[in-house]
Parts: sequence; structure tokens; C-alpha cells
Amino acid sequence: MKITIRERIKKNKAKQSYQNTIEKAMPLLFFLMASLSILVTLGIIYTLLRETIMFFTHISLFDFITGTEWYPFFENNPSYGIWPLLSGTFTIAIIAMLVAVPIGLASAIYLSEYASDRSRRILKPILEVLAGVPTVVYGLFALTFVTPLMQTFVTDLPIFNALSPGIVVGIMIIPQITSLSQEAMNAVPQSVRDGAYALGATRLEVALKIVIPGSFSGIVSSLVLGLSRAIGETMIVSTAAGSTPNLGFTPTESIQTMTSYIVQVSMGDATFGSTIYYSIYAVGMTLFLFTLIMNILANHISRKYREVY
Amino acid sequence: MNNSENKSLVYSIKDLNLWYGDTKALKNISIDIPEKEVIAIIGPSGCGKSTFIKTLNRMVELVPSVKTEGSIHYKKLDIKKAKVESLRTEVGMVFQKPNPFPKSIYDNIAYGPRIHGIKDKKTLDEVVERSLRGAALWEEVKDRLDENAFGLSGGQQQRVCIARALAVEPDVILMDEPTSALDPLSTAKIEDLIHELRKNYSIIIVTHNMQQAARISDKTAFFLNGEVIEFDATERMYSNPKDKRTDDYISGKFG
Amino acid sequence: MKNNSVTPDEKQIDRRIIKNKLAKGVFFLGTLFGIIVLAALLIRIFTQGIAYLDFGFLSNFASRRPEDAGIRAAILGTIWIMSITIPVSLILGVSTSIYLEEYAPRNKFTRFIELNLANLAGVPSVVFGLLGLTVFVRLLEMGRSILAGGFTMSLLILPVIVVASKEAIRAIPQEQYDAAYAMGATKWQIIRTVVLPAATPGILTGAILSLSRGVGETASLLMIGAMTFIAYTPASVLDGFTVLPIQIFSWASRPQAEFQAVAAAGSIVLLVILIVMNTLAIIIRNNYSKRY
Repeated sequence: MKITIRERIKKNKAKQSYQNTIEKAMPLLFFLMASLSILVTLGIIYTLLRETIMFFTHISLFDFITGTEWYPFFENNPSYGIWPLLSGTFTIAIIAMLVAVPIGLASAIYLSEYASDRSRRILKPILEVLAGVPTVVYGLFALTFVTPLMQTFVTDLPIFNALSPGIVVGIMIIPQITSLSQEAMNAVPQSVRDGAYALGATRLEVALKIVIPGSFSGIVSSLVLGLSRAIGETMIVSTAAGSTPNLGFTPTESIQTMTSYIVQVSMGDATFGSTIYYSIYAVGMTLFLFTLIMNILANHISRKYREVY
Repeated sequence: MNNSENKSLVYSIKDLNLWYGDTKALKNISIDIPEKEVIAIIGPSGCGKSTFIKTLNRMVELVPSVKTEGSIHYKKLDIKKAKVESLRTEVGMVFQKPNPFPKSIYDNIAYGPRIHGIKDKKTLDEVVERSLRGAALWEEVKDRLDENAFGLSGGQQQRVCIARALAVEPDVILMDEPTSALDPLSTAKIEDLIHELRKNYSIIIVTHNMQQAARISDKTAFFLNGEVIEFDATERMYSNPKDKRTDDYISGKFG
Repeated sequence: MKNNSVTPDEKQIDRRIIKNKLAKGVFFLGTLFGIIVLAALLIRIFTQGIAYLDFGFLSNFASRRPEDAGIRAAILGTIWIMSITIPVSLILGVSTSIYLEEYAPRNKFTRFIELNLANLAGVPSVVFGLLGLTVFVRLLEMGRSILAGGFTMSLLILPVIVVASKEAIRAIPQEQYDAAYAMGATKWQIIRTVVLPAATPGILTGAILSLSRGVGETASLLMIGAMTFIAYTPASVLDGFTVLPIQIFSWASRPQAEFQAVAAAGSIVLLVILIVMNTLAIIIRNNYSKRY
């Protein structure tokens, strides 16, 4: 008599002990892969920390965090005070946020509250393209288009300045702020909006009094993430902002950010083990801490708002 | 209950209790299910009828924080001690919403045999044809076995799911409201099919439709708030319910 | 007479409507700004670089003379880097997402992994470059090679691939799992026969999008020490390399306007590659989405 499928399955089951091994091995394998991301983080912290500590055997921590002069390339008397790089970084970040916050939020409100489905389908992909432009292309754009354009408004604006890369960094983070804010606004239930419309509210009133308060923490979180990206942005400032560590808010002058200093050193021929070599890790560590705190903050804020609805 | 004593049991359930977290969903359920019959499980929504049949092939364990007590024996075997994959090849299941895989009709039917190690084309061809015939679908789809099952109508999809369950030659088929997402015509086809299948399989079917239970089942269990209120031959239960609550439910006073 | 009745004041309503219209205009202009900038950028880069864009530009190595300069080494370097990044980041990323979505217990460690990935996504690429420089170039003695660059790039885009893969897996309805479980499939069989086939288009779309980010990525590879002047074809993964964005950066940093035009020509090529990749991703997404 022909053997049935059932019997064959039973027979297969009896001899397939390797299947049990696979069932047990796969989760372990995947777990190890997943843990790798932790290893990467630990790797980042470890490498930064180790070389940063080396740096502080050459330069005192106190001088680093209180110093107002950054002249690492002075042969005789180099000084490593982080403040000029911080002020350069924040000059860029402030200009960028001045551009990105109003425009990013205006776009988010328009897309979420005013735009028809059809125009949304056209506008969103365009913003996605804007988000996909490589930073090095933005850098070229800042240097060869925005700077000359700005020179027509600001006389004596040097080729390398904080203003035009700041504006372009702002342009770069607009799509991120728009899409994250819009996502937060979409999370406000339509029924809440309908309640206000039924009372005769205009779209503006619904947007300002219902949607924005309802998605406030999501919006704030998107702004913090945008700020964090502006601080970490490297190529635009390396291309167009120059390399003059400058203390104070000086948008019309050449400046240097933390990121562009790291690039400058790594492009040069700093000897492995020299103070300058170690300094990029100390600066990198500072940068890492700033962005990490902001990311954690953004995460924390957005987690809070998710619980509302 | 006389005729069930002549037949051997497929399931024997004793003092079954089940909790989702702190909520008790099944309370002291003790019933014996005879083989090669259609058992209908009826009751208002939330009464635990779906939960109950999911305990029979241990699908309920996929819900996190579920806790059970008591015993379920499948043909004298304690299902807690059985290998869950083997239990599920002997106890097939069809769901509320047709859920074919986004694969060809052929691959859907061959899914079960394949994952259980049957790979040769000739056997698979045979299994696919036999299962589709068993699900009364062969004539409709035999020329397009390599088309995606998602292209079929809802009723056909549900019969693909039944054929998929038949492919591994189970003894029991659990059906969780298999027609609730279908139109009346497809529903009638599935009911005819169930009538055919009862010759070779034990069928346990959850339904919210009392007329359906009356049309297709040999025995009916009435669930209310996680308890079995009454379990009896369908005809007897509908004509002469012992419990007032069964009477109320059948006559449409609640649910 | 004072208007104390509940009948709304017509004038006040008109004011609110006008305000609303004005605001709509302002918000629309804000949205338009992005489009205008994008148009300006594309037109600018195109007109600036088109003169240098010819067959020689694609087939020549970099040169001291702008009219001879080409992107052959950069294109090849990008391909070499991607040939390491694609398998490494996909295997790591998809495995991580399978673990998190299918196996991970809901405990503190899982939450820690997820939080960690979210934060890793926000680490500036220049910091990833420092990691690559220290760990791959120096500690593991790979030197300033394609291998070191490919690994660094893989880690950089890992968080993005994980997020995309997780989303693709999460989009699979529970009924699909139920169907497979009820047939007696084991967890791994379900992942192999149900989860991965269903999630592949989503994973692919996400992977292409994050790889296109990798193609445009500059800072981290600059840190690894990708060279800006390479006049040979890499023969192995241990050779030095340059990539398109780094080549563009090095031309852009030259003071001569001619080289900036060459940089623009390189940017055109880069943008075309990215547009092709994104189009591919959109095609995959549109053809395979909404199947359930």
C-alpha cells in the first residue's frame, strides 16, 4: 500500500534532528548580530575616550574647556581652547535654525493641514529629493552660488564665511524637520480637528490651537534632531566656512567648526601620536557628547508625546 | 450522548482554565469531543469560543502573557507534552479571514508538505491535486496553479486555505468563523464542503451564526463568559435546550 | 447698541477668513522655498559643470589640468566600497531587525539595543570616521584601504537599514504568521518562508535608499584617509581608494574657478547616480506595496 503523507512527515520528523539545532542556533546568531550595534557604540566611546585621555596627558582638561584660543598649528606655543570651535559650530547652527525652523514648520503645517492629497503627492517627493542631495554638493552650492549671492547684499563678505554655509545647512535640515513635524501633526486624530471645524474654526485656528499644541513635543523633538544634525554637519562647513577659529557670533567672517577642524587635520599630515593628532579625538568626543545629549533629549521628548493619543 | 460513547474521542478536555494576564477567559471547561463529527461552538462575542479552539492546537500560546491550567488530551496524548509542530500537522486550522500566502496557488498548498520535508515534485503534484479536490476547488483553478493566490475571490481564497490544511492529511480541522468574511454564496459553498469533509475529518467550528451551526453540526457547545453552558447534540439543543441561558441565546434575546 | 447676542459678528468672521488665507499663503511660500532652492541648486550645478562633462571626464583619472581631469578612479572606488558595504550592511542590518522583531524578548536589553540604534543614527558621520580610523585603519591594521572604508560605511548606514527592515517586517499581518504556525512551521521556517519573502521588497527599498546615502557620504571616508589623487585602478580590497564625493570635495576646495566647474561636473554624475538609485527604490516600493 502507498504510504501516506502523514507517515512520511512522521518519518522525516524522526530523522531531522538537525532542524532542532537550527531552531536553537538561529536566534543566537541573530542576537549576536544585533548585539554588534552595541559593540559599535562601545567602540566609538572606547576609541574616543582612549585617544582623548592621551590628549589630556599633553594638554590640561582645564585649559581645553576654558581656553578661548585655538591655535594648534603654532609651532612654539600652541593653544587648545575649545571655545572658538564651539562658537563656530553654534554660529552655523544658529543661522541654520533661523532658516530651517520657520520654513520647515511652515511646510509641515501646509502639508499636514492645507495641502490637497494631490499637491501633497507632488510636494513630498520633492522634499525627499532635497533630503537626498549629498552634503558635498550642498557645500559646492554654498561656496559657488550662495556666497556670491550674499556678497551682493553684504558688502565685504569674504569668500569663506559662516553666513552662506549656515543658510545651506539650514536648507539641508528643512526636509527632516518638515517630515518629522508633519508626522507628529498627523498623529493628532482627525476627530479632534473635526470637533473644532464643527464649531466654525478656520484651518489656521485649527492648526494653531489644536494641531500644534497636540503635536508640540513631536515638533520640538524634530527641531532638536535638526539642531543635532546641524552641529554634526561636516562637508558644507569644510567647503564654504573656511578654517579660522573665531570666538563670538561672527556670521560674516571665516570661522571653524568642530567638524571642519577634524577634517582639516585628517587631510593634513599630522603625525600619528602628536598632540594635534590626539586633539581631533578630544574635539570628536566633545561633538559626540553634544549630539548624543540632543538625540537622547529628542527621543525622550517624542516618547512622552506618543503616550498622549 | 449515547452515540458518542460508541465513537473514540479526539479530544478530552478536563478543568481547562485560561487567563490573559489577569483576565480569566476560560473557566473550568470539561468536554469530550468525539471523532469524525462536526462540533459547532456558539456564543456571543467575547465568550471565549475563539480562545477555546486556539487552545486545541496551542495557537493560543502565541499570545504573550497567556496562562493555562487543566489538561487537554488529543487521542490520549497530553498536548502539553506533544511537540507543537507535530500536533499542528495532525490538527489543521482555518481562520476567520482567508490568509493565503502571497505565493502561487500551488506553493500555498505545497507549503505544509514542504516545511515537513517532502520535496519531490511528483508527490507534491499529487498532494496539491488531491487537496484541491478535497476542498472542491480543483476544477476552478487547475489551469492556473502558478497564479498568485491573492488574485482569487475571498471564497476561493478560503478554500485554498482549507486545501492547504488538508495537504498534510490532518485528523482534525479547526475552523474559526471561516465564513464570517464571505458573501452568502461562498458561505454556502464552504458549508457544502464541510459536509463533505466530515466523512474523513473531525471538524470543530466556531461560528457566530446559529443557523449555520444548526445546518452543519452534529453537536453544539454553547459558550458564555468563558464557560460551557451546554454541550449536546445540535438537534436536541435547538429544540429543547436544558439551560435557560441557552434558550435565551438561541431565541435571540441577547448576543 | 452693543452686540451682546450669540450671533457672530460678520466682520470678525471676515477677518478670521482673511487671516486664514494669508497664513495659507505664507505656509505655501515656505513649502515653495524648498522647491525653489532645489531648482536653483540643480540649475546652478548643471550650468556650471556641463561644459566639462564628456566621455573623457568619465574615463580619465584626476589631473592637475582641469580639462583633463576625470572621475575614473572615483567611480571605481565607489563601486569597490559598495561591494563591501552592500553585503556587510545587509547581513548585519537584516539579522538585527529579524532578531528585534521576531526573537527579542520584551526586556530591558532589547529596549537598550533599540535605543542604542536610534542614537547611533544620530552620531555625526565624522565621528564614525574617527572610529573607522582608529579601529579598522590602525587597530586591525587594514590601512587606508577599501576594506577599512567599506566597513566604516557599513556601520554608518546600519541604523538606517535596521529601521527600514524592521518596518518592512512589521508590515506583515499577523494572519500570515498564524497561517504558517497552524501548519506546524517552526519559527525559523516561518522567517525563511513567510517573513523574508514578504519583507524583501521593503528591505530592498530601504537598503537602496540608505546605500544612496552611502554613495554621497564624504566625511567618514575622508577620515579613513581616502586619497584625493589616485591615478590607478584598485586591484584588491587592501588598495587605497577615492570616491566620487571626495573627489568633488577636493576639486571644490581648489581656488581656481575651473576646478569648481569640474567639481560641478562630478556633482552632476553623482546626482544622476542617486536619482537612478532612488527611482529604482520607488519602482520596487510601488510594485510590491499594498499586497495585503
